[in-house]
Amino acid sequence: MIARAQRNLVPLALGLGTVIGAVLIAEVLIRAGMVNRFIVPMPSQIAGAFHRVITEEDILHRFLVTAREALWATLLLAVFGIGLGVLLYRVKLLRDATETWVAAFASAPTVLMYPLFLVIFGRSENTIIMMGFVAGLPAVILKTIEGLVGTRRVLVNVGRSFKLTEVQLFWKIYFPAALPTIFVGMRLGMIFALINIVGVEFLINFGGLGQLINDLAERYDLPGTYAAICFVILVSVLFFFLTDRLEKWLRPAD
Amino acid sequence: MAVTRLDAAARPAAATPLLVVEDVSKNFETPEGVVTAVEHMSFDVAPGEFLAVIGPSGCGKSTLFNIIGGLLDGYDGRVTVAGETVIGPHRSIGMVFQEESTFPWRTVTENVAFPLEIAGQPKAQRIERARHFIDLVGLRGFENRYPAELSGGMRQRVAIARTLASEPKILLMDEPFGALDEQTRLLLGDKVLQIQDQLKQTCLLITHNITEAVQLADRVLVMTYRPGKLKRMVSIELPRPRSSEIVSSDAFGHYVAQIWGDLREEASRGMRDDEEHMLHEHKP
Repeated sequence: MIARAQRNLVPLALGLGTVIGAVLIAEVLIRAGMVNRFIVPMPSQIAGAFHRVITEEDILHRFLVTAREALWATLLLAVFGIGLGVLLYRVKLLRDATETWVAAFASAPTVLMYPLFLVIFGRSENTIIMMGFVAGLPAVILKTIEGLVGTRRVLVNVGRSFKLTEVQLFWKIYFPAALPTIFVGMRLGMIFALINIVGVEFLINFGGLGQLINDLAERYDLPGTYAAICFVILVSVLFFFLTDRLEKWLRPAD
Repeated sequence: MAVTRLDAAARPAAATPLLVVEDVSKNFETPEGVVTAVEHMSFDVAPGEFLAVIGPSGCGKSTLFNIIGGLLDGYDGRVTVAGETVIGPHRSIGMVFQEESTFPWRTVTENVAFPLEIAGQPKAQRIERARHFIDLVGLRGFENRYPAELSGGMRQRVAIARTLASEPKILLMDEPFGALDEQTRLLLGDKVLQIQDQLKQTCLLITHNITEAVQLADRVLVMTYRPGKLKRMVSIELPRPRSSEIVSSDAFGHYVAQIWGDLREEASRGMRDDEEHMLHEHKP
């Protein structure tokens, strides 16, 4: 038990130590004038800005707005991304016809499509959610297909030998076997979604943390800007933690 | 039919067969043309009998396994179980595969209870039943472990227990211990013998291992190299109950030598064929 706790603590300590080390190096480099302090503020200044950003900029509300948008985008990704991935896996003709296009779409700078989404959904949270959703969709579709295609033939044969129906085969074998890869797709999708969500908030000056970053940047409050970016990272960490828990619940063996 | 005569001669007191393979042939279309994997195979297995099918690599053993298990169609001939023609997977046939086939996301108990879950048994009942089969394969104490926490031999025992949990009339195994070392293979052979003895289970084992075939089977069907045909049916007159200790007996050695005598020629043909194929493929 103690050995296992130690095994879990070592990577955690190493991760934290690396971050602290990087922060200290940045502090030293900026103080030494090797990095321009008018472009990159000192970590100590950023830490000092946290209190101000929290008390004066209504950060909790903005954090929740961005988190809510990310949550909706994630739910849409789970429903439509995984759903489309399953559909393309099942209908081979459709997959052969569209897989390359989906892959090409993954590298498209969809954030530049924001004016189109503004026309469709207005200057609202819906535009931001949809932009996040669209950005994450190809990764979830492609990884879902990859996971399903990669299901070992022998596991499917076991199911067939027990006379499973097609629906049972999917839910009892294909889906759990593909789950780790599907979760990789969901994590990638969430990363792209969050980048787009904050980016569009920034661009249309609406919503949560992206808008705050825009405001602070325009005021040339660089420590505040970086402090706000830290909260974006916090949203990302929160979502990664939640998906990790969900995956462990669905596949406790991994 | 010559094949049936061979079969009858090898088994002195033939009971009503549980499994009948009747004149089965299977061709595959390949870029090089039509390849006959199995040709005019006929044999039967009596209730409680242990039949091993042995042949060199590429002789169509796995094709035969898939045909009998109902995983492969489009063949000539007929396979029947207790008089019923096999069309697709049949509930009377339980399959154990060569590759590792436990579900990694399920515990040992959940793996073994899988067919009972599919059959719609209540949870408490299926767990109790699964524990019985876990005991049978000697995995008590590992009920809540995941396959990743078990050795290869233990995982294959989970796969056997899972198949037995569906209470098949015939246990059809395709080189279940093929990936294991010789010592583990012999010990797991003992376990299979114990289980067969306890359950009076009818078994059909596909293997390329002569020792394993002689250790376990009542009869050994020797196949020719491509196309896979019945070459000889050898009746193994070793006393039961058996264990792996029997491998040191003279009689055991005699059977191994006899089967190897038949197989040697076929295996050599297979080897030559492979070499010619490789030469042809890599011609400058």
